[in-house]
Amino acid sequence: MTWETVIGLETHVELATKTKIFCSCTTAFGGEANTHCCPVCTGMPGTLPVLNESVLEFAVKAGLALNGDITRFCRFDRKNYFYPDLPKAYQISQLYLPIVRDGRVPIRTPSGLEKVIRIHELHMEEDAGKLVHDPWLDQTKCDYNRCGVPLIEIVTEPDFRSAEEVVAYLEKLRSTLQYLGVSDCKMQEGSLRCDVNLSVRPAGSEELGTRTEMKNLNSFKAISRSIAYETRRQIELIEEGKRVIQETRRWDDNKDATFAMRSKENAQDYRYFPEPDIPPLELSEEYLDHLRAGLPEMAEEKMTRYQADYGLPEYDTQMLTGQKALADFFESTVALGADPKQAANWIMGQVLGQLSARGLEAKDMKLSPRTLVHLIELVRTGKLNRNTAVKVFEAVFADDGDVDGYVKAHGLEQVSDPGAVAGAVEAAFAANPQSVADFHSGKEKAFGFLVGQVMRQLKGRADPKAVNEAVRKKLDEAKCGLDK
Amino acid sequence: MKNTPLCALTALELGAALHGGEVSPADVLEAARERIRACQPENNAFITVTANSVPAGEPADGPLAGVPMALKDNICTRGVMTSCASKMLGGFQPPYDATVAEKLTRAGAVCLGKLNMDEFAMGSTSETSFYGAVKNPWDLTRAPGGSSGGAAAAVAAGEIWYAIGSDTGGSIRQPASYCGVTGMKPTYGTVSRYGLIAYASSLDQMGPIARSAADCAAVLDLIQGKDPRDGTSLEGSYGTLLRSLTGEVGGLKIGLPAQCFGDGLDPEVRRAVLAAADALRSRGAVVEEFSLPVMDYVVPTYYIIACAEASSNLSRFDGVKYGWRAEGYEDLTDLYHRTRTEGFGEEVKRRILLGTFVLSTGYYDAYYKKALQAKAVIRKAYDEAFQKYDVLLTPVAPSTAPKLGESLSDPLKMYLSDIYTVPLNLAGLPGISVPCGFDSQGLPIGAQLIGPALGDGVILNAAHAFQLETDFHRQTPARKGGAAV
Amino acid sequence: MKITEEMVDYISVLSRLRLPEEERGAMAAELERIVSYMDVLESLDTTGVEPLSHVFPVKNVMRPDRVVPSWPRADLLWNAPGHDDEAFLVPKAVE
Repeated sequence: MTWETVIGLETHVELATKTKIFCSCTTAFGGEANTHCCPVCTGMPGTLPVLNESVLEFAVKAGLALNGDITRFCRFDRKNYFYPDLPKAYQISQLYLPIVRDGRVPIRTPSGLEKVIRIHELHMEEDAGKLVHDPWLDQTKCDYNRCGVPLIEIVTEPDFRSAEEVVAYLEKLRSTLQYLGVSDCKMQEGSLRCDVNLSVRPAGSEELGTRTEMKNLNSFKAISRSIAYETRRQIELIEEGKRVIQETRRWDDNKDATFAMRSKENAQDYRYFPEPDIPPLELSEEYLDHLRAGLPEMAEEKMTRYQADYGLPEYDTQMLTGQKALADFFESTVALGADPKQAANWIMGQVLGQLSARGLEAKDMKLSPRTLVHLIELVRTGKLNRNTAVKVFEAVFADDGDVDGYVKAHGLEQVSDPGAVAGAVEAAFAANPQSVADFHSGKEKAFGFLVGQVMRQLKGRADPKAVNEAVRKKLDEAKCGLDK
Repeated sequence: MKNTPLCALTALELGAALHGGEVSPADVLEAARERIRACQPENNAFITVTANSVPAGEPADGPLAGVPMALKDNICTRGVMTSCASKMLGGFQPPYDATVAEKLTRAGAVCLGKLNMDEFAMGSTSETSFYGAVKNPWDLTRAPGGSSGGAAAAVAAGEIWYAIGSDTGGSIRQPASYCGVTGMKPTYGTVSRYGLIAYASSLDQMGPIARSAADCAAVLDLIQGKDPRDGTSLEGSYGTLLRSLTGEVGGLKIGLPAQCFGDGLDPEVRRAVLAAADALRSRGAVVEEFSLPVMDYVVPTYYIIACAEASSNLSRFDGVKYGWRAEGYEDLTDLYHRTRTEGFGEEVKRRILLGTFVLSTGYYDAYYKKALQAKAVIRKAYDEAFQKYDVLLTPVAPSTAPKLGESLSDPLKMYLSDIYTVPLNLAGLPGISVPCGFDSQGLPIGAQLIGPALGDGVILNAAHAFQLETDFHRQTPARKGGAAV
Repeated sequence: MKITEEMVDYISVLSRLRLPEEERGAMAAELERIVSYMDVLESLDTTGVEPLSHVFPVKNVMRPDRVVPSWPRADLLWNAPGHDDEAFLVPKAVE
């Protein structure tokens, strides 16, 4: 029998606000335990939450960009449960009237499949604290620095059929939220994390199977592998005549497997009810129009524009717009006068190459557009040859180093003096008469060898085109000499 | 002045005497200390008495500057134990001051301590306190009412000139009534709740208990106002309540809801409250009876909403961040269970269980949601009443102060006695309890004036008019430990 | 509305309260009496009535996204029954 995997995602995204959702403590990552806290976010008796206006703005922007319906009258609700990472013993979230419903996210997978993922809802909520077990004390330490960091939770319909689709969606989501500037979506810092709901069913069946939930997956790799593992596990269970149990499972990166989490003492009954401490939100058309008008140019729009204005091929524009920081970088280089095609080639080749080699994202890169523009200019004017320029690029990339200083220090300036090139050609011909003879007897390969010898003499700093021409000319002369 | 003991003055009178230099701040403080020393062993009104000295430097300006007062023990005070009269918060010293405490300090108030109450403000008698029951200064075998029983008792006994209490379902007005003092729950939102340890957030409101309506107006002038730390607090015109008291009630339309004068009301209370209506009529008010059928639904609606919110608000008391932590626990879950089971008293646990029930899967719609709908109906009924009337007049409680120990055995009966006060909390409306007579046993009776939303000034003025006409509010209990006044 | 001892157990666990065996029956009876009284609301017609969560039409109360310095850690920990000057301590809660 062939099986179909059905997946729905719940994605938690930390918003890039300066302060927490209900108090004015910083959201900065890190910091010593319990130093980004106040009576409000540590749940002191008598304290009250007051909503951060940027949280609403960011959530609405995300909703608009995901083509959702914005709830004009919305509210917060309390979700009640006991756990030491939740100092109030309730999380302020949204159940009954989430800020966004019914969004749509078009995706395209690397294998070319295009489909639309439906967003069930997007809501605002607060993050919980961090618990770290201290083996020396045999106690768990509660750090409330992350308590109250604003999150949006984006819940999809069960529209995915493969890990590839899930990753394509997450990449799209990440890019969209980064373009909006509402989140940095750093998975390694936990600012984008996923719960995967997965079930299997016989291909062609309309009915959904029993699903399991895998919590807090924080890398694309973990997501892909856990989906593969869990799909296999469920199919095997069913084929053995057993049943899938609806449960929460934990993905273990080291063991490459999912494990049932110890079931909590009781059934989950969160007793949601409207948060009395926060007055409802009523969003006017003017407010939405204002945010709509302020939405930045998104990836698709940039792709179209790059094709139209710069004549770049679609492939290039997709690469350039994959990360907002990269598109910004590209646009800055063009604005500084670089040829768009040249800039695109450098970015897709060298910049992306360096980023991937160093495991960085574009927004973390220090290289300035000005440096790249300068390098391109040096190549264009013949002051550096392209191969040397690539070496210089690699040297200055990490710290946005000084190009001219590096070139000078390493004596890399292109030899443009025709006399020096001619001298080197003379020397090469004199030292390799056999090669000259070979060429004239029809061995084209000897040409390349001679060029190489000339470049070697000039320590690679000559313009390859000029050397080619000079060697060709000298060979022609020599041939003429033979003919005479 | 010379012949009147300081403790018989109203807060405004004392403020004026201080301002005029007739008494010194040190004398006032010593007089208050002496009364507290004498009364505390009898009535147990305080949980904590703070060691205050006369504030150094230039005294603050204002009608109540230098007047000693105290706060109910569910109002946070930095570094001073705020226990909610619960074992659960024994020793809890908040790291911050409630907005109300800050405002009063700025206005030159001299805070003498924290007042006893029903545990977590849940009760109508101030008997559920972990620190022992409060006793009614008019009859030490009786309850002072609750939950702000310590506040009402301390003001009635002349230990302080005013107190700040909290009122979720009548917790200021009912003890004020039982103790023969004036207590007001202002419009929801007009006093910031920041720093009030929540019982039911949508119903809780702080307000004054004092010796006169004018005192209440002066206190509200100090504590009302929008607070950036409380999103539910309201804008308003503040500092004008006291000035607006004219005592003029000519043409004021007063409605008497028939359902508040029917079965279950003690005849002596009925007679006193109707006499209050007559007193206002004699000053030119127009008094009329009308029907308010929603009264049948106010108690169940109130207890569903209040308990639901309480079950959530009191979840944070889990032995992790502050307060009591049980010993001998085996693991985290056991720590939670033991701490909460040992830390909360019976009534608090009953309400948490009730609140958890009405929010739980399968019962939310039938109880909690239904109660929110009933609340909308109740609100609408009051809105309609205020289309016709400027204020409403009702009893505060069906009877006078009960004997200690009589009420707790039957919680449902105790809940039912809140019928006249809870609808105001549901509808967010202001209400003031004014002394309007005594029963045959000499126990005080209170009348409640109810205003429309933000009609705080209207009911204060009506109460003021009544107090110009009568002297019930100037009566004080004969007591030991100090000259009868 | 019938309140069984099983229901009392369920809500006790949800609210992290542990009733002694001998009190469960009495609590069930008492809650049943109160809840049955609350059933009077069934007779109130609320068809089409929007549940009222917030009594006044106050809306859109928000604060600007401006950082205010956080609190001294000692102030936040001073009431904790278990702490190590850095964090609140609880019995093992994570693997």
